[in-house]
Amino acid sequence: MATDITRLGVKATWKDLTEGMVIAGAGTSKEFNTGEWSTDKPVFIEEKCKQCLLCTPVCPDSCIPVKDGKRGGFDYGHCKGCGICVKSCPFGAITMEGV
Amino acid sequence: MYPAGRKSFLRDGAGAGRDTASGGLSPMFFGNILKKGRRKMSNLTEIRWHGRGGQGAKTAALLLADVAFQTGKYVQGFPEYGPERMGAPITAYNRISDTQIRVHSNIYDPQYVVVVDESLLEAVDVTNGLKKDGAILINTSRPKEELLPHLKGYEGKVYTIDAHKVSMAAMGRYFPNTPLLAAIVKVAEIMDEETFLREMRASFSHKFASKPEVIDGNMAALKMALEEVQ
Amino acid sequence: MAKRDRLSGNEAIAIALRQINPDVFPAFPITPSTEIPQYFASFVANGQVDTEFIPVESEHSSMSAAIGASAAGARSLTATSSCGLAYMWEELYIAASNRLPLALALVNRALSGPININCDHSDSMGARDAGWIQIYAENNQEAYDNMVQAYRISEHKDVRLPIMICQDGFITSHAVENMELLEDGEVRSFVGEYEPENYLLNPECPMAVGPYSITDYYMEAKRNQAEGMKHVEKVVLEVAKEFEEISGREYGLFEAYRMEDAEYAVVMIGSAAGTTKDAVDALRKQGQKAGLLKIRLYRPFPAEAVAEALKGVKALAVMDRAEGYTNHGGPLGADVLSALYRARAKALAVNYIYGLGGRDVRVEDMEGVFATLKQIAEDGDTGETYRYLGIRE
Repeated sequence: MATDITRLGVKATWKDLTEGMVIAGAGTSKEFNTGEWSTDKPVFIEEKCKQCLLCTPVCPDSCIPVKDGKRGGFDYGHCKGCGICVKSCPFGAITMEGV
Repeated sequence: MYPAGRKSFLRDGAGAGRDTASGGLSPMFFGNILKKGRRKMSNLTEIRWHGRGGQGAKTAALLLADVAFQTGKYVQGFPEYGPERMGAPITAYNRISDTQIRVHSNIYDPQYVVVVDESLLEAVDVTNGLKKDGAILINTSRPKEELLPHLKGYEGKVYTIDAHKVSMAAMGRYFPNTPLLAAIVKVAEIMDEETFLREMRASFSHKFASKPEVIDGNMAALKMALEEVQ
Repeated sequence: MAKRDRLSGNEAIAIALRQINPDVFPAFPITPSTEIPQYFASFVANGQVDTEFIPVESEHSSMSAAIGASAAGARSLTATSSCGLAYMWEELYIAASNRLPLALALVNRALSGPININCDHSDSMGARDAGWIQIYAENNQEAYDNMVQAYRISEHKDVRLPIMICQDGFITSHAVENMELLEDGEVRSFVGEYEPENYLLNPECPMAVGPYSITDYYMEAKRNQAEGMKHVEKVVLEVAKEFEEISGREYGLFEAYRMEDAEYAVVMIGSAAGTTKDAVDALRKQGQKAGLLKIRLYRPFPAEAVAEALKGVKALAVMDRAEGYTNHGGPLGADVLSALYRARAKALAVNYIYGLGGRDVRVEDMEGVFATLKQIAEDGDTGETYRYLGIRE
C-alpha cells in the first residue's frame, strides 16, 4: 500500500492509512493541521512589536514565521494555543483570545 | 445452552481408567485391538534408559540414535525431563526403525531397558512394561543372581556390565555411557560390531576434534565393553 | 541435493537460521531461553554467519531490539519459550501493528503455575490474538521446513506481518530425529534478500514508525492491519508450492491425513499429531474410518478450508493443548467449532484438553478418543463437550 501522508485526516478510511501507520517522509507535520486543536489563539499586535524576535524560538510548533529579519502573522494552521509566546513578549505585543 | 445432565465436566470417556502416572491403560472400546498386540512393527526397537542426572543417560541415548542413524535407520533419541538436578532419576528413550517414526510418546513397553545406575533398581520400577522377549542391561559389578530379586520376576534375559571397571581401565575416568552404549548395541543387535566401531571412531574423531587424545581411550572402552557384557 | 541428518528440533531451527543468515538476532540467553540462540551464537562466533547477535537482559528487550532492527530495515528475529514469550506480550502487538516482518522461533512450553517446564501450547495460544502469523510443526523436519519458509510469508508485500514458528517443547525441541536438510545455497536463494519498502536507515526517505493513533484512527489502523492477515493463506500456499519444488515436501494450511472418507476425525496441533497418525492407521486396519486434521497455519485460522475438510465427518474431537478457561474448551476448539457453525455443519463435536505441562499422549489415548467419537455418532449425542483427556478422577 502506498504511503501517502496527504490522505490522512479525520475522514480517512482504513484503506487510506499507511501500512503499520508508517509515516514515510520528513517534515510531514506541515501536512497535518493540528491548529484545529486549539481553544485559545494568540493575537499579534503589530504596532506594539519591536521585532526583538524573542517569541520566535520559544514556539514549540514553529508557528511564528520570520522573513527578512522580521516576524509576521501567526500560522494558525499549526498553532495549538499554548500561550508561551505571550509570556515571552516584553512589550505586550501578543495577547490570547478564545477561539 | 447444554441440556441438563451434561454436568460431567472434566469427565473423560476416552482416557478414563488410565492411570497416567504409571502409564497403564484399561482396555476400552477398542480392547480387541489391544489384545492383538497391534502396531507391532517387527523392525521397531524401543529402548528405555534409566539413569541419574549427570551420569549421561541422555547423552548415551543421543549417541545411540547417532550411531544407528549412521547405518541408515530412522531414529529417535529423547530424554524425559523431570527435576533438573544432579542425582535425580531420569529417563531417556530410543526408537530405532527401518521406517519413519511418527509416534511422539514416551516408551512404556520397551524391548530393552538399560540401567545406568544400579541404585535405581530399588528406587524405580525399571522392568515396568519390559517385554519378555527383550532384555535388561544393568551396569553393575555384582553377579546377576544378586540383582534378580530387584527385577520383580522379570522373565526375560538379564545382561550385566561393569561399566566402572571398563571405563577406569580404558579411560582412567568414570564415564559409564561409553561402555553401556557398546553393550546395548551388542545386546539389542543394533548393528554388527565392526560397523559399530567404525562409525564410533568417525563420530569421536568429529566430536573430539580438539582433543584427539581421548579418542583411543573411548574406542578402547567400547571394544572392552563388547567383550565384557555378559 | 538434500542432506540426510539427525538433529534435535532446536538444532534444526538453528541450522535453518544459519542458512538464512539473518541480519540481527537479539536474544535473552538464559532460562527460559532455548538452545536455539546458543547454537546460533556458536555460528556467529565461528564466522559462519554475519548476523549481529545481541544478548539482551530480558525477552521484553529481545523483542524490542528485534522490532527496532526490523524497523531499521534489517531481517531480524528472536527465539524464546514459555514465560519468555509472556514477557514479550506488549512488544508482540507493537511488531504486528507496525507491520514488521520479523520472525520468532518459539519452543512451546507450559506457563507457570504451577511451575512446569514441559510442553504445552499455553504460551503461543495466549499470543494468538496479537496479530502474528502462527505456524506449528509436528516434528523436527516440519520445524526446519517452516523456518525456511517463514520470511517468504512474513515479508511478502501483501502480508508484512511478524511470524511465529512453533514447535513442541522437549518432544521435538530436545528429541533427535531423522531430517533432510537443504543445501545452504538452496535455502539462501529460496529465502532471497530482504528489500523493505520503507526503513529507518534509508537516508532518501526519513520516516516515523509507531506513531500515536487517536480514537479517530485506531480502528481504521486495526482494520488496515487485518488486511495483511487476509492475504496470509494465499501466500502460505504459494510459498509452500515453491518450497515443494526444491524439497519435494508438501505443505498446506493443514494436513488432512486419511480424511477423504473419514467418519471420525481428530483436529489437533503439534507433535501428538504424529502419534495420532499411528492410531488412525491402526483403526483403518480395523475398518474404522478414522482421520486426522493437523493444523499447520493457526493464525490466521483457515476456517473455510477446515470446515470443507471436515464436511463429511459424523463426529469429531478438537484437541487443545492449552486451557481456555471458558468453561467450554480451549482456543482451537472455539476456532474449529465457529468455522463449522458458519459452514452450517451438522457434525457432532467435542473439545478435549490434553497434554498440559508435558502430559504424555499415547497411541492408545488417541484410539480411545476415536472410540468415544464412534460412540457419540451411534448415540447421536455428544454428551459433555468439554472434556479432559487422561485426567485422574
